[in-house]
Amino acid sequence: MNIVACVKQVPDTEALIKVKADGSGIEEGGIKWVMNPYDEYGVEEALKLKEKNGGEVTIVSMGPARAMETIRTALAMGAEKGIHITIDKADEYNTAAALAAAIKGINPDIIFCGQRAIDDDSGQVGSILAELLGLPVVTLVTKLEIADGKAKAVKPIEGAQLLIESQMPCVITAQKGLNEPRYASLPGIMKAKKKPVDVKDAAALGITVQPKAKIVKMTPPPERAPGKIIGGDDPAAKAAELAKLLREEAKVI
Amino acid sequence: MAKGVWIVAEQRGGALRKVSFEIASAARKLADELGEEVSAVLVGSSVEGLAPELAKYGVDKVYVADDAVFADYTTDGYSAAVAKAVKENDPSILLLAASVQGKDLSAALGGKLATGMASDCTDLKIEGGKLHAIRPMYAGKTFGEVVVDTFPQMASLRPNVFPAVENAKAGEVVKFDAGVSAASLKTKVLETQKDASGKIELTEANIIISGGRGMKGSDEYKILEELAGLLGAAVGASRAAVDAGWKPQTDQVGQTGKVVSPNLYIACGISGAIQHLAGMSSSKYIVAVNKDAEAPIFAKADYGIVDDLFKVVPEITAACKKIL
Ligand SMILES: Cc1cc2nc3c(=O)[nH]c(=O)nc-3n(C[C@H](O)[C@H](O)[C@H](O)COP(=O)(O)OP(=O)(O)OC[C@H]3O[C@@H](n4cnc5c(N)ncnc54)[C@H](O)[C@@H]3O)c2cc1C
Ligand SMILES: Nc1ncnc2c1ncn2[C@@H]1O[C@H](COP(=O)(O)O)[C@@H](O)[C@H]1O
Repeated sequence: MNIVACVKQVPDTEALIKVKADGSGIEEGGIKWVMNPYDEYGVEEALKLKEKNGGEVTIVSMGPARAMETIRTALAMGAEKGIHITIDKADEYNTAAALAAAIKGINPDIIFCGQRAIDDDSGQVGSILAELLGLPVVTLVTKLEIADGKAKAVKPIEGAQLLIESQMPCVITAQKGLNEPRYASLPGIMKAKKKPVDVKDAAALGITVQPKAKIVKMTPPPERAPGKIIGGDDPAAKAAELAKLLREEAKVI
Repeated sequence: MAKGVWIVAEQRGGALRKVSFEIASAARKLADELGEEVSAVLVGSSVEGLAPELAKYGVDKVYVADDAVFADYTTDGYSAAVAKAVKENDPSILLLAASVQGKDLSAALGGKLATGMASDCTDLKIEGGKLHAIRPMYAGKTFGEVVVDTFPQMASLRPNVFPAVENAKAGEVVKFDAGVSAASLKTKVLETQKDASGKIELTEANIIISGGRGMKGSDEYKILEELAGLLGAAVGASRAAVDAGWKPQTDQVGQTGKVVSPNLYIACGISGAIQHLAGMSSSKYIVAVNKDAEAPIFAKADYGIVDDLFKVVPEITAACKKIL
């Protein structure tokens, strides 16, 4: 099987995120960069499929020079090769367009994305990519089976689980529950250094980035008013006070 | 020129979902400011009769694609239908729900319509005739204000954040042929397995009571369920509780779980890790019950009780029984 997994490098979830004083973006100094956690599920599923059916896994990532580290991580997990698109960042549509341009020539049987990147929290790129490549997409997948040239995917929705059958090739967006991503082994890390990574800029892909969605301003989250700690030693008295506040002050029960 | 505020109304099994009224109301507000009309696209099988319900929440016109092929939601089928109506009518703004279905549909539509979108927004405003959409990013550690330069300007709205406001309009029905055949679809739903009946879905609940590692085990959730039953609340969990196997993944709140915005979120035995806060910090009221006064959850809580949850929660239930 010819498999593609898209990975994005994002700040570690623990990272302190500070908005630049002019609101134009975030301060990037001191941030630890990691593979988007949902993309780890995508890479793991790609590797499992390859191990079962043969073939190869290509990692595609768009981002600045440091994104190469994340590609190497995926190669160390076991992928065969990578494509690094050296566009620093773009809106969701243009990101998907760049990925599509890089992936087109590979003719994959299946493409994995994460259900969302935990920096922009958009959850759009996988679906746009599918549209641009003219492929079906199943989002938020927690279980996947490939048989008879079709993909069968389990997807939880509000209050139910769906079993969806998709023609292939298709795009799958991965979420927690799909698998347990492996760690890169030491020999894996050594081997990854020698695996081929194609580096391509926008011109090489034949695209120009024209943003459709622009972030005009970033702000810290709105402050919450300081809360009230209900004091005292008697649990029953504190509970009664809470119930009263919820009913009379907050009016939520 | 692009004109009109459009929404995609979300229905399941022939019933409109509450979030549809929220986005209709948000659309009405924008349309009144712009002096434009609100139109809804409604896709489904035997759904034409739902139009009056949308009209009640400020919808002037309802474009209906009613066909057996739409009995189940499929990304390719529904997105083709909505895209057709949008292309034929050229609206300026298109709003959807940031529900599971709405997120899936909106992202596919953004691709089909080659336009930009702001996902999972918590606020909208009009400035200089353009839509400005406010959305949490970096797990709620920052907020971004997004402007879309192409048409329609798309946004998906976080459920439970925008109020549903009654404001009756005509709701004129315009039927359209989506031109989607079963044979043209590349995906299909083979099976729908419903969760245990009576369980309130977290993303739709007005009140959520969540338990974390402090719950100590799965049986102990009974005390939360008792309070939940009384308040009509849903029960959620932290990742620590899900990873321990006390609760299913579908109950997890947070960055790798669900994003919820109830009126009231009661966190019991949850420390308030940043990844948990990512899923619930847009709740209107937050209550924390934790025996550690230093737990970060208290910094986000409107009301806090520092004590053993096993002593406090049953007393909250008792106190609520008395006053409700
Ligand atoms: C990539 C990534 C994604 C993540 N995604 C999520 C996510 O989606 N959701 C999520 O929740 N976490 C997530 N986490 C995990 C997160 O970092 C925390 O580990 C987790 O939220 C901790 O859960 P907890 O608060 O239940 O447990 P703990 O942090 O162990 O806190 C337990 C709390 O219970 C209190 N307690 C104990 N006993 C009692 C008692 N008898 N009465 C009262 N209080 C008591 C303690 O004082 C403590 O504050 C993620 C982590 C990573 C790295
Ligand atoms: N710059 C990128 N490079 C590679 N893959 C990406 C990039 N941005 C997004 N993706 C993929 O698309 C998914 C969803 O991203 P988003 O729509 O930004 O939330 C991610 O989990 C990745 O799999």
